[in-house]
Amino acid sequence: MSTQSQSTHPQSRQFHSTQLQATPLQRSTARTEDGRPLKQIHLAAHFPGVNHTTVWSDGNQASQVAFSSFRHFAQNAERGKFDFLFLAEGLRVREQKGLIHDLDVVGRPNTTAILAAVSAVTRHIGLVGTLSATFNEPYELARQLASLDHVSGGRAGWNIVTTSDAFHGENFRRGAYLDPADRYRRAEEFLDVAKQLWSSWADDAVIADAAAGEFVRPGAVRSIDHHGPQFDVTGRFTTPVSPQRYPVIVQAGDSPDGRDFASQNAEVIFSRHSEYEAGRQFYSDVKGRLDAVGRDRDSLKILPAATFILGDTADEAAERSREVGRLQISPQTAISFLEQVWGTDLSGYDVDGPLPATDPVEDTAGIARGRVRQFADPVAVSRAWRQQSEAEGLSIRELVISFAAKHTFVGTPAQVAETINRHVQNDASDGFVIVGHTSPTGLDEFVDTVIPELQERGVYRRDYDEGATLRQTLGLPTPVPLRAREKGMGSAAVASAAGSAAPGVSAGATTSASGDTADGASTVVLAHSAPASTAR
Amino acid sequence: MTTPLYLGVALDGAGWHPAAWREPDARPLDLFDVGYYTDLVRLARSADVDLVTIEDAVGLQTSGFGPAREHAENDRTETDHAEKDRTATDRTDEVRGRLDAVVLANAIAPRVSGIGLVPTVTTTHTEPFHTATALQTLDYVSEGWAGWRVQVSGRAHEAQHFGRRTIAPFDAAAITGGDPGAQALLAELFGEARDAVEVARRLWDSWQDDAIIREVETGRFIDRDKLHYIDFVGEYFSVKGPSIVPRSPQGQPVVFVLAHQKVPYELAVAEADIVAITPHTDEHLDQILSELRDAEQSVERLAGAPLQVWSEIVVLIEETAADARTALARLNDLHGQPLASDALVLAGSPAEVADQLLHWYHRGISGVRLRPARLPRDLHEITENIIPLLDRAGVRDTAQGAHSLRERLGFGAAPNRYAPAEVARTESITR
Repeated sequence: MSTQSQSTHPQSRQFHSTQLQATPLQRSTARTEDGRPLKQIHLAAHFPGVNHTTVWSDGNQASQVAFSSFRHFAQNAERGKFDFLFLAEGLRVREQKGLIHDLDVVGRPNTTAILAAVSAVTRHIGLVGTLSATFNEPYELARQLASLDHVSGGRAGWNIVTTSDAFHGENFRRGAYLDPADRYRRAEEFLDVAKQLWSSWADDAVIADAAAGEFVRPGAVRSIDHHGPQFDVTGRFTTPVSPQRYPVIVQAGDSPDGRDFASQNAEVIFSRHSEYEAGRQFYSDVKGRLDAVGRDRDSLKILPAATFILGDTADEAAERSREVGRLQISPQTAISFLEQVWGTDLSGYDVDGPLPATDPVEDTAGIARGRVRQFADPVAVSRAWRQQSEAEGLSIRELVISFAAKHTFVGTPAQVAETINRHVQNDASDGFVIVGHTSPTGLDEFVDTVIPELQERGVYRRDYDEGATLRQTLGLPTPVPLRAREKGMGSAAVASAAGSAAPGVSAGATTSASGDTADGASTVVLAHSAPASTAR
Repeated sequence: MTTPLYLGVALDGAGWHPAAWREPDARPLDLFDVGYYTDLVRLARSADVDLVTIEDAVGLQTSGFGPAREHAENDRTETDHAEKDRTATDRTDEVRGRLDAVVLANAIAPRVSGIGLVPTVTTTHTEPFHTATALQTLDYVSEGWAGWRVQVSGRAHEAQHFGRRTIAPFDAAAITGGDPGAQALLAELFGEARDAVEVARRLWDSWQDDAIIREVETGRFIDRDKLHYIDFVGEYFSVKGPSIVPRSPQGQPVVFVLAHQKVPYELAVAEADIVAITPHTDEHLDQILSELRDAEQSVERLAGAPLQVWSEIVVLIEETAADARTALARLNDLHGQPLASDALVLAGSPAEVADQLLHWYHRGISGVRLRPARLPRDLHEITENIIPLLDRAGVRDTAQGAHSLRERLGFGAAPNRYAPAEVARTESITR
């Protein structure tokens, strides 16, 4: 949800898509009318988070923390052959007007812990967690993620984020220590250190040769020695190479810096551009950045967040969308949205009446804390809202519903499947991160009805490949370990050496490290086949 | 029988003898596989073992100089001399590598129910907030069977993995010899551990049990007055709170502290539910119990329930005492040095081991954490041959049906420090 979405008329829904053959097709032979092979759609299932999207007043809404909820949610998504389960992270409960925000679902489990538990009740689906590079240290997080990859048989993914504000910092040792301008520098160096650690055991390090008395092969566990602006990490890692070596790297940044970071480091982008034209622009921009860093366009999947409402007919779905919108935006929630823009207490306003006639107070930075800042220019937003509400005759609540409870896909299962497919085949995305409006059963209907429609179109898997890692399920290239980096090696040499060895994932990380930590050359030596250009 | 004898089993790799992985029935290639640990926990559960602990550290295992296992323990904060440490780490004939204990415990929990899962988490380099919420999550996943084995990390090389503070290398002699620097380090590490446990305990209580109200009329999901800032400000960190996790089934997971001397005894007296001690003789046991009583006089207890005292023992069990001693000698030969341990090492017949446990039980010990010298072999011996002897002696609580680890261990419900007394819950878990 963003201020941009207000400019799009809420009634415009995207049913009028190019009609593709709706006959059952094998995915390998499915082709467009002009003979190109159809792109395969990738889907992630977002466990509903702590915002107004989740209709907690619904009778089907179960505990947001009980393990039974996660089990149901994950097993249903796996039944629907989703690529991965996606979890947000909570580091502090949100506040508004200096008080704990009480209108949305509050509370969730620890990210790595619950993903480890979900691994026990699923076999194929990926497990992607949002984890802060700010309030964690690389050595500890790297071993948690490597352990998650081990216990899940290669299904771990990491959505790397860099919250840096004092509000969250109050729960952690260092408080607000990070200049926001350094967020991506920290993320890059964090990732670089983690990859060094994940590359520091040889693949065949553990031999457990009882007769020879060698548990690990001599020399197979190497030290790293990293010194950079953000981190000084020296020593041996605790955990052998995991099935994927690295978790799949997911990223959600949208700024130019964020897009650059993604083009160099990410394998999946969790985007907010779920609308068709905005999606195509974002897709084209980011995939173009891949060309610039020498990465294959298929080595990064772009998955916008998307909500959905289904019905037996388009009219019924539209009616349900209106009903759900009213449930998502309670009167109190509508006022709460307004207060985030006006920066003051508006609890006296009638939500069925007009918007406040006054302009917002200038500084609204402090009113809503612990959430993504949604309204950068409150005065401009307030005027646009007033204009829209007057033009369309919308009350406060109707206005808020029009932008904050607008559902991405509304229609019959066939219509929704067709729309998703249209986005993917026309490069508005590679798939979507789907979030339901109830938990944990919010995706059951989607799996029952939309997934078969996608399968019949030949654009979505009918089953997982047995034993596939998450990276294989996503159709991403296998990363190779970071190679030896010699002390004192210039950054260009490092970049080109890594580039030739690893045109995919590691090139960006190495480049970033050489740029940001040029003086602190790191030494990682892997036992295997280091190319001559990086020989130690 | 007033209180039963509680039993824990300490899981670590292929067992507590450094050569145990070389045994014919060891599974050394499975040590990074959750299935291996699941099998062990199931085995322990099948004999009604009360809890298992999972060893961990934020650095690769080292044998160090001297007794191999002592260095992992809380009192041995000696942080080996860097050079010797590096040499020791290069020893390739011992198990190296571990999975994160909290991740592992959470992956085991859905597979085995009704046994305490107690992962090791250090307090030295970790974020208390993350530790607290991860353990709450384990409590949800296990439906009330989570615990925490608190550990400090005093090794210089572990500090270098984080690069955020410098811990000078000390050796064991400096600690026991009263070296001022070593003593200051000990005080710092355990002071920080005390604060970390206190933060966790406050976070665990920071949601009242009835905080979630889902009140459609007012649009409120929670009653915010039932969430509490913990406002902890200490020498080492401050944490605002509240937790992101609603209060878990046990409210307060069980806190387990291994301790060998005065400073860690004080941590245990202040914050632990269980203190595990390492007596080698009856006199030693009496002396430790006396030191614990002294600590109770000088330290304020912040934890709720009375402190239970457990003892530690490394066990290698064969049908006869002679066979057990032969097996130990063989492993020692393989390893090139005798098994040395902070805890008593007992290689014996089932009767010998059971007698030792009963003897200490009658001298005032509430429980024993057994460290199997060989896994899975000695765990089979424990479940098949030791526990039946204890059952026959009538010291085990064989009545099943406990709904949480706290209940199993007789701790009772954990009152919430932030809840008004009249609405504090009376059941330890939701039934």
